Amino acid sequence: MMRPTRKHSGYWAFLAHRLSGLGLALFLPLHFLALGTAIQGAAKLNSFLEWTENPLAKFAEIILVILLSAHLTGGLRLLALEFLPWSERQKTWISIGAGISLAAGLAMLFNLI
Amino acid sequence: MKTLDVQVWRGDETGGFEKFEAPAQENQTVLDVVTWIQRNADPSLSYRFACRVGMCGSCAMTVNGRPRWTCRTHVSRVAKDGRLKIEPLLNLPVIKDLASDLKPFFDKWNAARGTFEAAIKREDPLVPISPDQPERAAANAAIECINCAVCYSACDMVGWKPSYLGPAALNRAWAAWNDVRNDNRLDVLKAVSDDAGCHNCHSHQSCSEHCPVGLNPTLSIAGLKRATSKALLKGNLK
Repeated sequence: MMRPTRKHSGYWAFLAHRLSGLGLALFLPLHFLALGTAIQGAAKLNSFLEWTENPLAKFAEIILVILLSAHLTGGLRLLALEFLPWSERQKTWISIGAGISLAAGLAMLFNLI
Repeated sequence: MKTLDVQVWRGDETGGFEKFEAPAQENQTVLDVVTWIQRNADPSLSYRFACRVGMCGSCAMTVNGRPRWTCRTHVSRVAKDGRLKIEPLLNLPVIKDLASDLKPFFDKWNAARGTFEAAIKREDPLVPISPDQPERAAANAAIECINCAVCYSACDMVGWKPSYLGPAALNRAWAAWNDVRNDNRLDVLKAVSDDAGCHNCHSHQSCSEHCPVGLNPTLSIAGLKRATSKALLKGNLK
């Protein structure tokens, strides 16, 4: 059970930022590994790219986009919080960040971008 | 008669909860309940309080998982189902029962160099300080802290890194840094920029969420982060 002192939007924003960061850190070596297959010729990379067309990889891609946008908006929020004069609209920023992340994921889901 | 089901922490860190049944009143604070238990059920119960009206900051305890001033917390606000779980403040050693040892808290208060050192002697003419001055406004916003340690108890970083100075000491340091009459302003920045200092803060804002006075230590710490970064770039932190 979550400690009662943590039940507020500031902590949720921290958690989203930290977990998305960890997720991306796990993804990055796999990303380089995939790109590295090109060293052994185009065919190897292309066969891997074909494999990524499967629904599970597509789903993982949407999650990845959500993680990326969550980490980006979370990071921008932190920079604004710590380097700009304080704003009382903290919670609005958190909501906007969460909204953008979700929108990015949905845009991927419906092939808008 | 309606009763409250109260679990109270007994002993030191290795202790446990003891159950008490206390009468439920229409209008009572958590401190009233603790006092009732000590006077009517177990006189050996230790706890700390002084003013009972939210001035002194000595009655802070953990009530149903959250740090609060027990004197300003009505039972009806925190125990809808008549259940209370009362513990000493988190992130501090326990002396006995509900009394935490605040020594680490005050040691850090000193370590953050929030003390005022006058730049002028008493015979010198007074320096006029306008209340509209941005530094004075920032100091005023941070200055009402009464050292109750509620923010310190709510802070995750203090729990994760025990040497971290914590929100109260850093909030005080921010007020001292903004006091232009203060002669040790650079010492303040040096004190808050080391390994235990302001850059540990992850801006969870639990301190601001829980401060009974409505102060915003996260804002103060963000200010210190900016001030120390600027001082570092100017080469003043060596």
